[in-house]
Amino acid sequence: MLRVSDEPFEAGTELAAFEAEAAGAGAVVTFTGLVRDHATAGEVRSLTLQAYSPMTERGIEKAMTEAEARWPLMAIKVIHRTGEMAPGEAIVFVATASAHRRAAFEAADFLMDYLKTEAVFWKKEATPEGEHWIEPRSQDYEDRARWAKA
Amino acid sequence: MMAQLLYFGRLMDTLGTGEETIALPATIRDTAALRRWLDEGRGLDGALLEKTVRLAVNSEIVNDPHPVSDSDEIAFMPPVGGG
Repeated sequence: MLRVSDEPFEAGTELAAFEAEAAGAGAVVTFTGLVRDHATAGEVRSLTLQAYSPMTERGIEKAMTEAEARWPLMAIKVIHRTGEMAPGEAIVFVATASAHRRAAFEAADFLMDYLKTEAVFWKKEATPEGEHWIEPRSQDYEDRARWAKA
Repeated sequence: MMAQLLYFGRLMDTLGTGEETIALPATIRDTAALRRWLDEGRGLDGALLEKTVRLAVNSEIVNDPHPVSDSDEIAFMPPVGGG
């Protein structure tokens, strides 16, 4: 299940719903990404995410399908915010459920590396010094490259 | 018919707008020519020529030179990333 929306969400509520959906799974892994309150440019006042629908959704759905093909998952959920967010707000939520933990951990890690480097979003950070657009770091691309198939 | 141009991320600031509707000159038939024409016309000093800026035509990422016409939605996309 995928949701890209400018509505705030609460990770705890999403986890409870996911556990109900994944009933019978032995392992549930979740990752929640929050807006940082500090960046290299100083104190963060807000983070704004821009998407390009439906390209953004299509790309994430394709990555979710790939995760399902690579790992034996019983359920999968991705929520991604758009619009303006304050520090501490949740930007992204990834949940995976499987019979055993390894598949759930790896699939969640894979999805996050996709989201950080290939999902169609643009991020703008506002600090007291002004606004600037953020692009993936080289570490993000290296993380993503770990999943390339030989 | 007019082409719809979309500018995302930092290109929104560079162009001063997120979108515009424009009649493409008859000589502009592909994405490579479109990049050069806009970049020169707006005096952008190469901002639209960067290799990391990808173009999508009607929501599909394409490689230069890809055909464009006045019925297309053409998006200029700097490096993406969410999370």
